[in-house]
Amino acid sequence: MDLSTFLIQCLNSLQYGLLLFLVASGLTLIFGIMGVINLAHGSFYMIGAYMAYALAPIVGSTFGGGFFATLGVGVVLAVLLGYVLEWAFFSFLYEREHLQQVLMTYGLILVFEELRSLLVGDDVHGVQPPDFLAGTIPLGELMTYPVYRLFISGVCLALALGMYVVFTRTRLGMMIRAGSSNREMVQSLGIDIKFLYRVVFAAGLGLAVLAGMVAAPVSSVYPGMGNQVLIICFVVVVIGGIGSIRGALLASLLIGVVDTFGKVVFPQAAGVLVYLLMALILLWKPNGLFRAG
Amino acid sequence: MAESSSGNPGLARGLFVALCGLALAAYPLVAGAFGLDLVTKIMVYAIFALSLELLVGATGLVCFGHAAFFGIGAYAAVLLSPASEPGNLLWLLPASMLAAAAFALFMGALSLRTQGVYFIMVTLAFAQMAYYVVHDTPLGGGTDGIYLNAKPVLAIGGQDAGTPWLDLNQAGTIYGFTLACLVAVFGFLAVLLRSRFGRALAGIKANEQRMRATGFSTYPYKLAAFVISGAIAGLAGFLFGVKDGFVNPELMSWHLSGAVLIMIILGGLGHLRGALIGAFAFALLQEFFKSEVIFGAFAKHWTLGLGLSIIASVALMPRGLVGLPGQVRARLLGRPGAVADHTTEGQP
Repeated sequence: MDLSTFLIQCLNSLQYGLLLFLVASGLTLIFGIMGVINLAHGSFYMIGAYMAYALAPIVGSTFGGGFFATLGVGVVLAVLLGYVLEWAFFSFLYEREHLQQVLMTYGLILVFEELRSLLVGDDVHGVQPPDFLAGTIPLGELMTYPVYRLFISGVCLALALGMYVVFTRTRLGMMIRAGSSNREMVQSLGIDIKFLYRVVFAAGLGLAVLAGMVAAPVSSVYPGMGNQVLIICFVVVVIGGIGSIRGALLASLLIGVVDTFGKVVFPQAAGVLVYLLMALILLWKPNGLFRAG
Repeated sequence: MAESSSGNPGLARGLFVALCGLALAAYPLVAGAFGLDLVTKIMVYAIFALSLELLVGATGLVCFGHAAFFGIGAYAAVLLSPASEPGNLLWLLPASMLAAAAFALFMGALSLRTQGVYFIMVTLAFAQMAYYVVHDTPLGGGTDGIYLNAKPVLAIGGQDAGTPWLDLNQAGTIYGFTLACLVAVFGFLAVLLRSRFGRALAGIKANEQRMRATGFSTYPYKLAAFVISGAIAGLAGFLFGVKDGFVNPELMSWHLSGAVLIMIILGGLGHLRGALIGAFAFALLQEFFKSEVIFGAFAKHWTLGLGLSIIASVALMPRGLVGLPGQVRARLLGRPGAVADHTTEGQP
């Protein structure tokens, strides 16, 4: 492997890891705060990708278009959807066993996947990146690297930074951190936990949808894309330590590197590596790298 | 439990299970080829679901990698069979179960070090490793899977292989054999859960700390439950491989691990018959929504109906299908409090 290939693989693993972080951070938030094992999280990512495909023409004709306008409309829709979903499907489940929530979110996966098939069809679609991000930059003498992938990394980094600020510097962040370490105590301090749940769920969904929309031009848009990302995100959440944003960031970067380089160095065993990593880490630290709280 | 308020619940439940068994035994008299194959498949899933119920419902260990044992049982059935002549059921079946049990011993010994959601994910990780081993290596035919050339037969002593006792090539025979296995597994688990061992598992589920404090070393119990469960899942996989005469890596995918978990939750955790009911309900709902006679062209979108039914069942039946009679009774007798009761104690 020469230097420029190595550099490209580094950039790829960074981009993949950061994108994973974006999806997984929503998952870990929802799990850490609400205690809900949300199997439908992958579907939200899928919904995001399909929004990038289906919304672009609609947004184009009403608002005059633009990539960022589509992103904005998508995220607003996602947050609304999250708010309504939490109210309709989850608000009565917190008293029940965890496994009941698993069943509920499994039902939601099936419904979302089929609604997607009814509304958009089962074809694979490509999504064009916006013109000003479509180019490539040269790396070394022969290789080039697409600007759009750098853009993805940039967006994810900006969001990670934004989340860090929200968590450590705002009142809402304080409530969320408190909620993830002791739910009952937060409730008894007079904080409206139901509202907090709804906000967290909506935010988590917004993050997943945004990740899907941003990823669409690179990954293309296809049926079943949510399920793939779901399992790997659970791996991230568990390696990082449930409810820990910091852990999720570290774990996603780790998985990004292992998966990307695994595919180059040991193509035969690429699928196994990520799970091997997870098993080893959990046998070493049975509660993940960082524990929330 | 809410059910205990009327008559003799143990008798009623026993009667229910016996009636189910009788109905299944009588079914081939009226069924066509399609129906026979479908119900055989569902009974295989029921055995699979029962094996997971031992872990999730009885011991409180949520295993999300159960398809690995199922797949190993199925692959063992095909790989251990002789290339051209039918294998003998007498050693093929125990060997397949043993293979699954051996993997369960390895996986359980390591993953039982973790707890809760971490346990769920470690079991998933091990199952995914097994999946990628068969998926990416030529060992089991890779992604294409392999065919079973000759289905096993039961031959005793120096019996002529031409006229065996049981020939699993016939749909009727494999139906009967699967039913016999289902009855045997159900009976075995029912006895097991009433034994001292089963009581210890129930204690671990209710409060593991307290069990340890009373002097039980809980780890060997959990490991034993894990291995037994893996062996039974291997039996289900064996039957599945023999029934279809074909295995592929999808038998080990996490989708199947998820589906069987969904079956037992749908049926109602903490009851053996919940696993039975859940397997039938899940598979029959699938067939119902897939049916073109009822839904016409919309049958293509069958998962929508299945998903909505699952959501409705979570919303309306907090204790799964098993809890439904109690819920209806409580509603009729006007005791709204009984519906909210969602304890899952008390075995089969």
